[in-house]
Amino acid sequence: MHRYRFVLFRPLHFLPVLFGISVITFVLVRLIPGDPARVILGTRATPTAIANIRAQYGLDEPLWTQYFFFIRNLANGEMGRSILYKIDVLKLIATRIEPTLALVAASVLLSILIALPLATIAARNQGGLPDQIVRVVSTLGIGFPPFWLALILIIVFSVRLDLFPVSGYGETLPEKLAHLALPALTVALSLSAVLTRSLRAAMIEALASDVATAARARGMPEGVVFWRHVVPNSLVPTINLLAVNIGWLIGGTVVVESVFAIPGMGQLLVRAIFSRDYMVVQGVAMAFACATVLVNLIADILTVALDPRVKL
Amino acid sequence: MSALAPTARTPSWSRMIGRTPALAGGLGLFGLFVLAALAAPLIAPFDPILQNTDARLVGPSLAHPFGTDNFGRDILSRVIWGTRIDLQIALIGVIFPFLLGTAVGTIAGFFGGIVDTVLMRLIDVILAFPFLVLMLAIIAILGPGLTSFFIAMALVGWVSYARLVRAQILVLKTQDFAVAAASLGFGRARIMFRHLLPNALAGSLVFAMSDAVLVLLTGAAISYLGLGVQPPLAEWGVMVSEGQAFLTTAWWITLFPGLAIVTLAFSFSLMGDGLANLLGVRE
Repeated sequence: MHRYRFVLFRPLHFLPVLFGISVITFVLVRLIPGDPARVILGTRATPTAIANIRAQYGLDEPLWTQYFFFIRNLANGEMGRSILYKIDVLKLIATRIEPTLALVAASVLLSILIALPLATIAARNQGGLPDQIVRVVSTLGIGFPPFWLALILIIVFSVRLDLFPVSGYGETLPEKLAHLALPALTVALSLSAVLTRSLRAAMIEALASDVATAARARGMPEGVVFWRHVVPNSLVPTINLLAVNIGWLIGGTVVVESVFAIPGMGQLLVRAIFSRDYMVVQGVAMAFACATVLVNLIADILTVALDPRVKL
Repeated sequence: MSALAPTARTPSWSRMIGRTPALAGGLGLFGLFVLAALAAPLIAPFDPILQNTDARLVGPSLAHPFGTDNFGRDILSRVIWGTRIDLQIALIGVIFPFLLGTAVGTIAGFFGGIVDTVLMRLIDVILAFPFLVLMLAIIAILGPGLTSFFIAMALVGWVSYARLVRAQILVLKTQDFAVAAASLGFGRARIMFRHLLPNALAGSLVFAMSDAVLVLLTGAAISYLGLGVQPPLAEWGVMVSEGQAFLTTAWWITLFPGLAIVTLAFSFSLMGDGLANLLGVRE
């Protein structure tokens, strides 16, 4: 079990990053011109409310004291209130996590289902026609704007074929799944373009590795070599790749949630920008950054679990 | 010095391009977009923002190959004029992060120590934010518009270049030619910018091409969301969002500007692949 001891200590590595994240989100909102209390409360602030906010955030104090207040409030689970929704930002975000998480999970799953067979075909026929086609398609695919791809999928699958709903999220599980189909497909197609290219490269490397050569020398058929040695050895790079691309993935969901009007964190962020709900912008940015850090930690753990050679 | 220098290879551009069809194709495609942008007033059949109530929501036809929108504006003309804005987005959106990141990466890699540590920690933190989320947060503060987009892009985009260049400089500064330059008494600035930097640039040049794709898609996405280029200007992302309300009846408003984005992005990707081949850079 001592191999997993790092799970306890690894989060400490991320402390400086978390500290940095808090500083950046803190500074972002302070950069808005004007009285921070008014910024936080919106235009219709009453003098009492302004006085309360000044006290709560220590706005008359020097900047580093204000940062201390910010962290203290955060530790109490308070990030400030949303102007638009009139509830605390953290509570507001909590209600929006589920759709975003579902969308991300479905997209990752779908993109692996798309990328794995494509990369396999390309890597096993390296330089051949299937490889060329996969490479051109994935190169093209990287340039597909998600918001446009989403609309094209709507035209095809909703308008023409009437298969999936156009927007919204639904209440029951089957409803939610139906509503997630096109958004997840959109994000998955964008992601799998990146994923296919890298997975192909990882597989080609694994095909030429000593492990594969040794297996062939023992007389193992090429197909068995592929599934027993090449695919498992491509798994770790794929997981790390997904972790590296989590930012790209979240960016995709932000846009796609807006296209399909899915009530997740991304749509919350975009609407908050339009309504100048700065506390919400700050909260969502911070939540997404922390999620990214968490994903990287999980990827570290998975890497150790899957590859006995790695020690952290 | 010049007598001792090995005979410099002077590869002709045409031969180099001929050897990498990806680069040739990418450059050709990109050239077409530049041409369209320059010659927009000459080749666009209609005014891109002039409304024509007699020709609303007309499907693709001889008079309007890409159809018209709900204001009767010619989509083909808008796509052509849009080239001007979207090329700007991709080029300006790449150049500032490239310059800033290269400078920071060179300094961090060359000097090391506390400067390096502080800069690298800053980069870690910026990279912890999902790219688009940080862009949107900065635009939320600066207010919507193309200028805000470029500022946000410069503030966020430099980190990848800085990382790339720094890693290169770290390797290069221990190599013989760098040590020789130092022992000849050359100044730090001269070694940094004349000896190390040129050798470190290949990787970031290739990266700049794939970055141009990302920047173009981000600029269009932010305009689509209503936070970048504002209507009635003909920008491709804006056009796609304008078409959304007419998806069931007039698909062409949405389709063609998106295809333009895909094609321009493809030309950058091709150039990137070709350059990587030519310069021997592994991605």
